[in-house]
Amino acid sequence: MAEIRASFFIECEELLEALQDGLQAIDDGVADADAETVNMVFRSVHSIKGGAGAFGLDTLVAFAHKFETALDEVRAGRLKPDARVLKLFFHGSDILGDLVRECRDGLEHADETYAPLLAELERLVPPTETDAGAQAEIDFQPAPLSLDLGFGTADLGAQDDEGAGFGPDDFAPAVDGGDVDGPVARGAETAPDDDAVTAAPVYRVRFKPQSVLYAHGSEPLFLFRALRDLGPTEVRCREDDLPGLDTLDCEHSHIGWDLTLHSAEPEKVIRDVFDFVEGLCALEIEAPDAGAVDLIAGPIAGPIADLGLIDLADLASLSDGSDPPDLADISAAPETSAALLAGPSGDAETAPAPARSLTPDSGPAAKPEPASAAVTSPPDTPAKPVRTAPATPRATVRVDLERIDRLVNLVGEIVINQAMLAQSVKAEGLPPNSPVRTGLEEFLQLTRDIQESVMMIRAQPVKSLFQRMSRIVREASADIGKEVRLKIEGEQTEVDKTVIERLADPLTHMIRNAVDHGLETADAREAAGKPRQGNVTLTAMHRSGRTVIEVGDDGAGIDRTKVLNKAIVNGLVPPDTQLTDAEIDSLLFAPGLSTATAVSNLSGRGVGMDVVRSAIQALGGRISITSERGHGSTFSISLPLTLAVLDGMVVQVAGETLVVPLSTILETLALTDGDIRALGPDTHVVNIRDQFVPFFDLGAELGYRDPLASYSAGVVLLIGQEDGPAAAVAVDVIEDQRQVVIKGLQDSYGRVPGIAAATILGDGQIALILDPIDLVSMASGQTRHRGSPAPMSIQPDQAKGVQA
Amino acid sequence: MTYASKPADKAKDGSLRELLSFRVGGQDYCLDIMSVREIRGGTRATPLPHAPRFMRGVINLRGTVLPIMDLATRLDLDTEIERDRSVTIVVADNERTVGLMVDAVSDILAVPEGDLQPPPDMKADNERSFISALMIVENRMIRVLDLNAVLPPPNEDAA
Repeated sequence: MAEIRASFFIECEELLEALQDGLQAIDDGVADADAETVNMVFRSVHSIKGGAGAFGLDTLVAFAHKFETALDEVRAGRLKPDARVLKLFFHGSDILGDLVRECRDGLEHADETYAPLLAELERLVPPTETDAGAQAEIDFQPAPLSLDLGFGTADLGAQDDEGAGFGPDDFAPAVDGGDVDGPVARGAETAPDDDAVTAAPVYRVRFKPQSVLYAHGSEPLFLFRALRDLGPTEVRCREDDLPGLDTLDCEHSHIGWDLTLHSAEPEKVIRDVFDFVEGLCALEIEAPDAGAVDLIAGPIAGPIADLGLIDLADLASLSDGSDPPDLADISAAPETSAALLAGPSGDAETAPAPARSLTPDSGPAAKPEPASAAVTSPPDTPAKPVRTAPATPRATVRVDLERIDRLVNLVGEIVINQAMLAQSVKAEGLPPNSPVRTGLEEFLQLTRDIQESVMMIRAQPVKSLFQRMSRIVREASADIGKEVRLKIEGEQTEVDKTVIERLADPLTHMIRNAVDHGLETADAREAAGKPRQGNVTLTAMHRSGRTVIEVGDDGAGIDRTKVLNKAIVNGLVPPDTQLTDAEIDSLLFAPGLSTATAVSNLSGRGVGMDVVRSAIQALGGRISITSERGHGSTFSISLPLTLAVLDGMVVQVAGETLVVPLSTILETLALTDGDIRALGPDTHVVNIRDQFVPFFDLGAELGYRDPLASYSAGVVLLIGQEDGPAAAVAVDVIEDQRQVVIKGLQDSYGRVPGIAAATILGDGQIALILDPIDLVSMASGQTRHRGSPAPMSIQPDQAKGVQA
Repeated sequence: MTYASKPADKAKDGSLRELLSFRVGGQDYCLDIMSVREIRGGTRATPLPHAPRFMRGVINLRGTVLPIMDLATRLDLDTEIERDRSVTIVVADNERTVGLMVDAVSDILAVPEGDLQPPPDMKADNERSFISALMIVENRMIRVLDLNAVLPPPNEDAA
């Protein structure tokens, strides 16, 4: 049970994601009245509700229900999803997500947090639905169909009216297997004049389920729906076999149906609909003939309503003659039928209508509901490709991350083994074109491919992360009363899972900053000749082997005078310093600097970008700023594709092999005698282009050897970040530059100062991966008491010739 | 420090304990065989900076990073055996897996619980804290190593 529960919550996360997606799509206007999108949104909420009901999560059910009811208004075309409504929906989806998480973690719900929203949502739903429904019925015009079938008489597919007015004299309402409380009438439109239907051949289907069909969880309603998607279908109930009430065995199937289907599809397609119930029912399909069908919905004996088969019974009288038989569109229908058949019953009322083409002028009024079949669709409208993207998710498997890690480990092991094998084959002195060496070459290629594929498994699109950010934007903008629109690009960009997890906090901070500091107030924007609504863009992309994530705004840009003044006031830089724009920008990453004049709830407390930067650096990333006064700023994070592999420079010092992350090396230099100057008794600085940089001997820092008398033959690595070199580190030899597989030390041994991790070299030996920034900061504390650099090591923006 | 009175408590118990005996710094020690994962020849370990003296470094154990501890140094014993010819016993204690460098592995002993005696209470002897029990096998005193005490707690070394 716990397992099912857990998987329900995982599903919920996916559904919430789909919900967000859908709302975003509607908001973006790409899917203004796209039936499928609205349906998807509805379905997501509905499925959450269904699952929550199964687990007795009443709060969740109650909220989801209200939310769903409001969404249904949109789905039915009675409510236009304008900005105000969407805002409510977004808020609703946030709260729904909160509730799901609270339920998952067994936390208490704070009713008051969502009570106001519920009230708002309720207000969206018109109170007089029943009247509206009645009105709709009257307004409903039979579709004039020239086919001599007369099924216009029962032209009532548009009603979605659960259990109400069920009876022979009533207009037989189509029940949607649903649980929307109260009758929800569709604002039905009349079917268009459409004679095309005459061309469609007529199939007659006799269908009688055996009891076992129900036992298997099949549901005739779905079959009929699927048929209806193939073309106009009349359904007639056969209750001949129905025993009297006294002898009725409710456990048995008694009723059958006669269906008349107008469809251009071949018989096979129709048979396919019944694929899943084959052998579980009596089925006859009569190939097309022109025979007329009488369409009078059979009166159904009262008891059936008590059988719990009410949906079926209702459906028996469903006739859907008004469905515009826009046959050109029907190609997508078979898949839908299959999907419907396979679909969980929770989706009962959300059967998508992919086979409809919506004309532009049908606008938001066009209804997604298949049951309300009267979607205007002039015959001259060309078949529009159905938006199938959201409907056909790629098959995925959920795998424990630990298993993948094990696989990654093993693959790393293969790579190492293979290198060792190659070495020994070489040592054997086999000729280069010998079969063994050719085979080994192929092996090498394969292992590389495997390694790459395995790394791909860990990668995930940043979408989930970005969706969380859109919530941050909504909340932040609501808090400070700015109108902000978040534009997301490249959300399919894949990043290592662990990177995604650890990006959430810094990114949240950056987004808040953009909303709070970056964007001006609406009035200020107007005064500057910009639209009142501010834009924040969140972009992800792959660029030259790294992942780049950018947070941009179209605000005022960085006020450099202000930043500089603040930095001077806070004592970060001496008062008379001359700094370039880039240097001033990088001051934003200094601890204790915030330019917002007022401390708001969101930011301005001075714990800010410095924390962000260290978080990004911990991920092996870099962060930089570009800003144009009056036009906005962009913060750009560049991250390694994965945390499992690292680009490193392999160096030797004191006989030990070490790996230095390439991202921290600005430059490599060969030393000459004059470069090193003593500074105090034990410390030295290196003169690099007239700039003094602290100097360390890596071997001595790591305790591998005593400091050397002369480093003149050595090589130094200039370690640092964007803001300039932090130290020059002496090593003996630079051996190689390569990708290494990161092996954590943390678990097996514990943290080692100055060491980030370990890796295994081709010879099977372990090499330590340096954490140069940590090493330098540590060394600064230990060996140089006075010589520690200024709080911000601001260096002239020299050409950083990274020899990479 | 736990004095591991377990063996004494179970003195009446006749069940056998299997122990792996080895020599380190000229003394005989043994370990419960259940905590031993494997025995390897000596491999050159990559030294860790800022590590305690008894941490020899890390080696590659089929793709995982295995810390290696020089048991003689840990126990403050002198050893004449050249380190290159030493043997590594890979032990696992709950989640931690560590390699112990010893001089040589001797034997596997099956000892009745009753034969294990608690170490005498000698406060002056620091070494005792690493020993959970003593026993006599063929006139040699064999010390049962208290693995918990020998392995440094996680992150102890992280300065």
